[in-house]
Amino acid sequence: MIGRAVLVEDPHPPTPDRAPDAASEHPPGAVPRTDDRPSTAPRLTLADREALLELMVGMRTFEERGVALYKQGRTPGSFYDGHGQEAIPVGAAFALGPDDVICSPLIRDMGAHLVRGTDLTEIIRHHLGRDNRLSRGREGNVHFGDPRKGVVGMVSMLPDMFVVAVGMAMAFRLRRERRVALTFFGEGATSPGAWHEAMNFAGLRKEPVVIVCENNGLAYSTPTSAQFAVPPAERAAAYGMPGVVVDGNDVEAVFAVTHAARERALRGDGPTLIEARTMRMHGHGSHDDARYVDPALLEAWRGRDPIATYEATLRGAGVDVDAVRARVLERLDAAVEAALATPLPDPAGATDGLWATDEPVPLGRGDAPWSGFAPAPPEPAAAPEAGR
Amino acid sequence: MSAQGAEVRGAVVPGAGAARQGTLVGAASADGSPAGATRTMTYLQAITDALRVEMRRDERVLVLGEDVGAFGGAFKATEGLFDEFGADRVQDTPIAEAAIIGTSVGAALAGLRPVCEVQFADFVATGFDQLVNVAGKMHWRTGLAVPMVLRLPSGGGFAGGPFHSQNPEAWFMHAPGLKVLAPSTPADAKGLLAAAIRDHNPVCFLEHKHLYRRVKGEVPLGEHVEPFVARTVVAGDELTIVAYGAMLHLAVEAAARFEPGRVEVLDLRSLVPLDEDAILASVRRTGRVLIVDEANETCAAGAQVAALVADRAFSDLDGPVRRLAAPDVPIPFSPGLEEAVLPTADRIAEAARELLAY
Repeated sequence: MIGRAVLVEDPHPPTPDRAPDAASEHPPGAVPRTDDRPSTAPRLTLADREALLELMVGMRTFEERGVALYKQGRTPGSFYDGHGQEAIPVGAAFALGPDDVICSPLIRDMGAHLVRGTDLTEIIRHHLGRDNRLSRGREGNVHFGDPRKGVVGMVSMLPDMFVVAVGMAMAFRLRRERRVALTFFGEGATSPGAWHEAMNFAGLRKEPVVIVCENNGLAYSTPTSAQFAVPPAERAAAYGMPGVVVDGNDVEAVFAVTHAARERALRGDGPTLIEARTMRMHGHGSHDDARYVDPALLEAWRGRDPIATYEATLRGAGVDVDAVRARVLERLDAAVEAALATPLPDPAGATDGLWATDEPVPLGRGDAPWSGFAPAPPEPAAAPEAGR
Repeated sequence: MSAQGAEVRGAVVPGAGAARQGTLVGAASADGSPAGATRTMTYLQAITDALRVEMRRDERVLVLGEDVGAFGGAFKATEGLFDEFGADRVQDTPIAEAAIIGTSVGAALAGLRPVCEVQFADFVATGFDQLVNVAGKMHWRTGLAVPMVLRLPSGGGFAGGPFHSQNPEAWFMHAPGLKVLAPSTPADAKGLLAAAIRDHNPVCFLEHKHLYRRVKGEVPLGEHVEPFVARTVVAGDELTIVAYGAMLHLAVEAAARFEPGRVEVLDLRSLVPLDEDAILASVRRTGRVLIVDEANETCAAGAQVAALVADRAFSDLDGPVRRLAAPDVPIPFSPGLEEAVLPTADRIAEAARELLAY
């Protein structure tokens, strides 16, 4: 505590040193379990559940390969992964319809891009700085989105894209469209003023926005105890919206609360703040060994790995988990090979395209793999009437 | 530009007194428009007219900002719009510039054409991130267009003090992806604002508060758009004065103190894009240039003009590139202090005299 010795008469004494026991402030046991799910949980078929697993495995497998490519020096800049947080982007995006938008998937949300159907080879080209239609090499790592899939790429200043998502939702409301905007951000992003402004706008105007706060306990090296006095979900009420805490390591729970939040928004009742509690299992990025994290805390959370637990559940339900992994690996190998064979962008194009010169193209529709969005089976054809 | 300049020569006529006395009345021509009907409007009325016409023309256009609804805005620029277009298209917002600008970015991405009013241009600093990091970079990064306009009531001259008098246009000039406009006449205020609304990019529209009710001119009725180019307002052969916004009127007043045909006055109108061809063509012909900014001197729009001239018209110059701008201090409140920092017609004329004698 710098300066404590000269502050003996300070009328505002410094706060006591933070408890060093990080596990006590971010314990996995504090996360509500599945009994907190909405009572009207939407139905997931076995095929849906297998898809959820495949998407989470897809995210992790891609990111493990991404770390390797970065450490091999093949990926310029930096690489970030969301190891252990796969259930949040996958579960949340799985609840979205094709016309909904994501603004924006952030640093731990690769799975949301996979749910929406963004081309994996294009994503890898983007990471490698190769020519690609997501960013044309102008952006790297997690800064991308596929407008053709209704996804807007993030910026580094957080939670700027939350504010933008509220504006997109406003447009949907004004046009009486039946769609929502979903935004992601971490718990650290609840500190800047822009977060308050966006929460206030969204709550005041009842915008159809679904707000997913990923509380993984750490903003780079800063624990939640040094970030805020009141957890994000508790603050939601102050903005006129419900705050829901969900186990961020339970993909079906995340799906269920997101589905409920989307339904609420579509009814015109406004936004919901979902605080998905999880743990950042790796460093902030591949450059960060995260030695500041208590190993006991990581060990406690490792036993709650969202993929391992879900895999065990689905294996018991008869899903061929090995086949899921084999499919994921086959797609990834092919995508990496294609991406590595792609040239770098032409340097001559670095300055073009600053200005939009054509009428803007509307955002496209994303994949919506949940069976609940599948078109209803056609009615049996009526027998032709006599005389026709 | 020369043909256009000939058409508008003398379009801005200084009034009988100095601008500071509040008597400056310009008579803008309906340049470029067919022989359609015009009406005499103030600069402020022309802005309202542009909003009204564009909102009638395109239902995607909406206005949002603090107090812009039934109240009609702090300067009454949106007066009457709430009654005509309703609360969805003329939205009162909380006091939150980051959210006003940021939700406008989102609305633009979703297919609307928001026009946000920042109550005073000075306040844009609180929403700066959404403008320079989100809106400005969006198209280059992602290919997504952000068609939105930020109306920024700017400028001093009326004892507004350090937080209600700034000319922050150079902030935006330095951020790639933002267009920056600064009209000086009612007809341009309407035509440039309408063109900004139709543009597919984020546009910062610097409307000078001190011109709102002090400048009147003929404004084309109905649809009226102006291109983002400079305009020769006064023709001359021996010196070019480059100015924009409120300074344009002082430059014209200063030019009138010399024999007709000696001093040319070029109104930039658009700072991004900057009409380099018009600047260079004028300076190459006159051989002398004086650049006037109301903004703080360092890295102001005029510095960019000076660099352009030094780089590409050096061999055509008969004298040094001269600049007049506010010194690098905040704009003071007390009238005498404010007068001491803002350029005046007297100082412009004095600098012009020195250059002509060089």
